Amino acid sequence: MMPMENPLLIIKDLHVSYKTDDGVIYAINGLDLVLNKGETLGLVGETGAGKTTTALSILKLLPERIGSIDSGTIQFHDERLDNAPEAKMRLIRGSQISMIFQDPMTCLNPVLTIGDQIAEVLESHCPPGTKAAEIQRKVDEIMTMVGLPPDRKEEYPHQFSGGMKQRVDIAIALACEPELLLADEPTTALDVTIQAQVLDLMRGLKDKLGTSMLLITHDLGVVAETCDRVAIIYAGEIIETGEVDDIFYLEDHHPYTKGLFGSIPSMNEKMKRLNPIAGLMPDPSIKYVGCPFADRCPHKMAICETQKPQPVVTNGHMIKCHLFSSKPAGDNK
Amino acid sequence: MMNTPMIEVKNLKKYFRTPRGNLYAVDDVSFTIERGMTLGVVGESGCGKSTLGRVLLRLLPHTSGQFLFDGTDVLQLDIEEMKELRKKIQIIFQDPYGSLNPRFTTSQSIEEPLEILMPELDANQRNARIMELMDTVGLASRFVNAYPHELDGGRRQRIGVARALAVNPEFIVCDEPVSALDVSIQAQILNLVMDLQEKMNLSYMFITHDLSVVKHISDEILVMYLGQCIEKAPTEKLFSKPMHPYTQALISSIPLPDPRKQNRERHIIMGEVKSPIEPQPGCRFAPRCPHKIDKCVGKNIPLLEVEQDHLLSCVVFGREE
Repeated sequence: MMPMENPLLIIKDLHVSYKTDDGVIYAINGLDLVLNKGETLGLVGETGAGKTTTALSILKLLPERIGSIDSGTIQFHDERLDNAPEAKMRLIRGSQISMIFQDPMTCLNPVLTIGDQIAEVLESHCPPGTKAAEIQRKVDEIMTMVGLPPDRKEEYPHQFSGGMKQRVDIAIALACEPELLLADEPTTALDVTIQAQVLDLMRGLKDKLGTSMLLITHDLGVVAETCDRVAIIYAGEIIETGEVDDIFYLEDHHPYTKGLFGSIPSMNEKMKRLNPIAGLMPDPSIKYVGCPFADRCPHKMAICETQKPQPVVTNGHMIKCHLFSSKPAGDNK
Repeated sequence: MMNTPMIEVKNLKKYFRTPRGNLYAVDDVSFTIERGMTLGVVGESGCGKSTLGRVLLRLLPHTSGQFLFDGTDVLQLDIEEMKELRKKIQIIFQDPYGSLNPRFTTSQSIEEPLEILMPELDANQRNARIMELMDTVGLASRFVNAYPHELDGGRRQRIGVARALAVNPEFIVCDEPVSALDVSIQAQILNLVMDLQEKMNLSYMFITHDLSVVKHISDEILVMYLGQCIEKAPTEKLFSKPMHPYTQALISSIPLPDPRKQNRERHIIMGEVKSPIEPQPGCRFAPRCPHKIDKCVGKNIPLLEVEQDHLLSCVVFGREE
């Protein structure tokens, strides 16, 4: 095992479910995740894999009465978040952990000016008695930092373009200089040239403020450009984690990771056909017994349907697959 | 060998009237597509690429210009003639959630174009055709009575493809058919679309904002910016030697899934797309362009052939008039 570097966030065996009228949806099924101080961890997976649910669980923002953490622990520094009372969470959200949402068009309040929306975070977390002028000065400072002209703070969200709104979101998220930033597909709704600007901005700010980041995305290109480590999530479980180089260059991979890479059209070489994964993700309303990927896996064995694979770790690169658990660690072929 | 191309679009314009003046959605776009070939149309939101597709199918009226299909000007046909022609020209829409009737089952959705455009078929023939189409697009027959909400995005898009194929078209406009889908599903649909092209010798106009998708699927690529075609070249050429500063920026903005290539040369452009309402003469990209010179503004920049098959509209990197 690699020495634990300096874990900021540790999630252990997390189970989250949604109780709906049509039955129970098992969104997260035994998720383990470690995020070290100062690093950017990419959480990669497809629609419905549980990426956003993971982020909402960390902030305890799961929809009331419907979503709940059934078991497992979420530890931030030395504190448990999974059973923390709401009053405590309110102090943490926005000041120590904050979130950038996927859709910059809908997550801003349309009837408040963007200056007010940035000031709101500062007002809730600054020591009581902070002067209004002081807060306004900070608003200007943050707007400049994310590349928004401060003289536009009296304007409303509809007066900004998508890329500018995403900058407002980033400003709100970073206003109190949190230690951990959860970025949920921050650039998915943006055009490529604007995406390049926003990613550039986020990288710069992260280095400047030393924020740790959990970057949720389905775009392996974005991961390659921004992340230090990667975790691949499938059906509410992490099935592979490692350094960026492990995931992009090593031979051994979970068959699902291979499928993900086979699905992206290459920019460098000409491929005649893509090699997608056949089939679909398992129905989340049924608790599966064996490996969640078994049904779609080209290497399926008898054991895959009956027994959950245990994580196999080689030099910090973890794969959860029976193909590897039968072999001694370090044996590549 | 010189033969008339199957698709020829000449000086097509589509302006929308707005309270603040005309919005130049498609402004003087021309291109040709040969039978069995794919033209990729790329550009960012609001560049007019979807409007272009819709105008070709006459889902929107055009302002001026021609669309010749095997020599016939589609934009001048009357309703009856157009109905006949729709058997040859079809469209696959972007959003498989919004483009299907939620009250139609799979078979009803696929049956609709058959009923309208091929009234000569009787119910049995139609049913046989539906089953055949479902098989062609890879939809299991158990979904024949399923409603859209019971299906995932990939399967819904397969219905969209089946509807377009129902009447045996020759030319299909694909308007971002995979952008609402996950990568693994996206790859399945792209493979399907390419297999069908090979099997049926279809021609495509493939509209997308995703450059890696367009590179994978197209023979030729047309880059649009604010309603105009600014560069057009065969795929290999466009990616190996992009000439317009906007194309260069687009290509270098794509995040590459390769961490060791991160220190490649980048052209990140600042600023955002300007308004397409009553644009001033001159290059529309000039306000964001790092290579802007005086000649860029004041006069419209023509699209000129700079190398064989490589068209470019730029005074800095292009050819003098």
